Amino acid sequence: MASTALAPAANLKQPNVIGVCFKEAKYEFLKNLRFPMFSVSTVVLPIMFYVLFGLIMGHQAIGGIGVTTYLIPAYGTFGVIGASLFGTAAGLASERGFGWLEVKKASPMPTLAYFFAKIVMSMIFSATDVLLLLLLGATFGGVHLPALVTFKLLLTLVAGSLPFCAMGLALGYFAGPTSAPALINIFYLPMSFCSGLWIPFMFLPKFVQRVAVYLPAYHLSQLAFHLVGAGTGIAAKTHWEALIGFALICLGVARIGYQRDQRARA
Amino acid sequence: MATLEMFPAIDKVSRDRAALMNNVSKNYGPVQALKDFNLEVRAGELTAVLGPNGAGKTTAIKLLLGLVRPNSGRVSVLGGNPANAATRLRIGAMLQVGRVPETLRVREHVDLFSSYYPEPLPRSETLAIAGIENLRDRKFGDLSAGQKQRVLFALAICGNPDLLFLDEPTVGLDVEARRLLWDEIRNLVAGGKTVVLTTHYLEEADALADRVVVINKGSIIAQGTPAEVKARTAGKKIRCFTQLTATLIRNLPGVADVQEDRGTTVIHTSRPEDVLRELFRRDSQISGLEVAGAGLEEAFLALTQEKVN
Repeated sequence: MASTALAPAANLKQPNVIGVCFKEAKYEFLKNLRFPMFSVSTVVLPIMFYVLFGLIMGHQAIGGIGVTTYLIPAYGTFGVIGASLFGTAAGLASERGFGWLEVKKASPMPTLAYFFAKIVMSMIFSATDVLLLLLLGATFGGVHLPALVTFKLLLTLVAGSLPFCAMGLALGYFAGPTSAPALINIFYLPMSFCSGLWIPFMFLPKFVQRVAVYLPAYHLSQLAFHLVGAGTGIAAKTHWEALIGFALICLGVARIGYQRDQRARA
Repeated sequence: MATLEMFPAIDKVSRDRAALMNNVSKNYGPVQALKDFNLEVRAGELTAVLGPNGAGKTTAIKLLLGLVRPNSGRVSVLGGNPANAATRLRIGAMLQVGRVPETLRVREHVDLFSSYYPEPLPRSETLAIAGIENLRDRKFGDLSAGQKQRVLFALAICGNPDLLFLDEPTVGLDVEARRLLWDEIRNLVAGGKTVVLTTHYLEEADALADRVVVINKGSIIAQGTPAEVKARTAGKKIRCFTQLTATLIRNLPGVADVQEDRGTTVIHTSRPEDVLRELFRRDSQISGLEVAGAGLEEAFLALTQEKVN
């Protein structure tokens, strides 16, 4: 009986890793969708800003284009960053701190699936933000963007979610399980202000503008502004390079955190 | 030398042995959680690791799951390294966890964990075994403590694993729920599964285990069948004033332990009649005599203290 209890491992087939990744992503999405602190704040906040400052108050033009158009890249970037940081860092910090990640690690879950799920979920919420802004702008704000521009804007901002997911992973490995949201906001809100997501960049004090070029939010928003004709004339390539460099640094920090967790158990 | 190398091909010995810890020591900084720890888990049996809080039970489970690595010694599970993906496919684990994602429904948690395994049980069977069919559409955050434990149990068994680790599975359960879970665990062992369970209830180890390993402060202090361990613990406590020295009493036949307590002498014994006969014979002045049955928990405490003193 003992020998029947333990069949040789060789005849076990491996589960489908890609299938597991997508199932993990599906439940990560449902989990966050049903968690109002995440879903409401990441979707409603940028939309509310757009309605208040764009649709209700804005009848002027900024940098040669209408306010309702200008604010789509601005609040789009703001929404994408929020969804990406909270989508990765808050969950990771809490699941690390309260032992759920350990339960998952004890299971045969492929490690890749865990991170894939958080990133895909963040990108879905990012895309939702941008699409809602575009929809509101087109229906109530008189925004007329060519289809190709609309598509490029969506693609740029959703791709731009990735460096902030990397930043979120880095934060998630160093934040405590309950302090993570506070820590995220300490980075998120000042960075958004200094990068011109709330107040147009040209109206910011000079020293803030000088700081902004070191912030990833500035580079992503400039890529988006450029698409709607409100760019500063700096080549897109420069902004992409800055974002990629930033993402690599964050991944390096996240890796240090990951290895620190491994060592703690060594 | 944290080594996990040299796993022999599956031979007869490793077929009958589901897991092995060989001279394992584990420190967390200055705290020594396990010291020269040896554990053999036989296939098809339920091994209970019994000990008070902080004894090192959870550390032993985490080592067997490959979640922590030993400072020295060797851990082998199903003939392989416990941290290997291939080993994990045949293992299920129920750990103590602070918070589980609360907005997912019970069936969704089960569906996700089932997908990690190559040949999981049908989802409905997992829910039935864990007794949570009626909770399938409830969100995890809406469950009671006992219901949450049963969902975690479901996640441990959903992959139809050969080897199951249950870390304090009945903590927070009421008596009825505990007995229900015991029945399920018994059924799994009867069906050929190997189970390693930690508990601080002697009663639980007694009810379920083929073999009991009693640990305290990171070391094994007793092991054997439940009957053997109980024989060492299920004794009587004699309290009296006597002139006899503790050393002399300790050498009397049947005496497990002797303690001095505020001028009285406390004797733990599994053969109270023999010990009393000897005491009366050697000390006619004996007074203040009390004989009390040591409760299971109390007897267990006596056993854990015995090795410390």
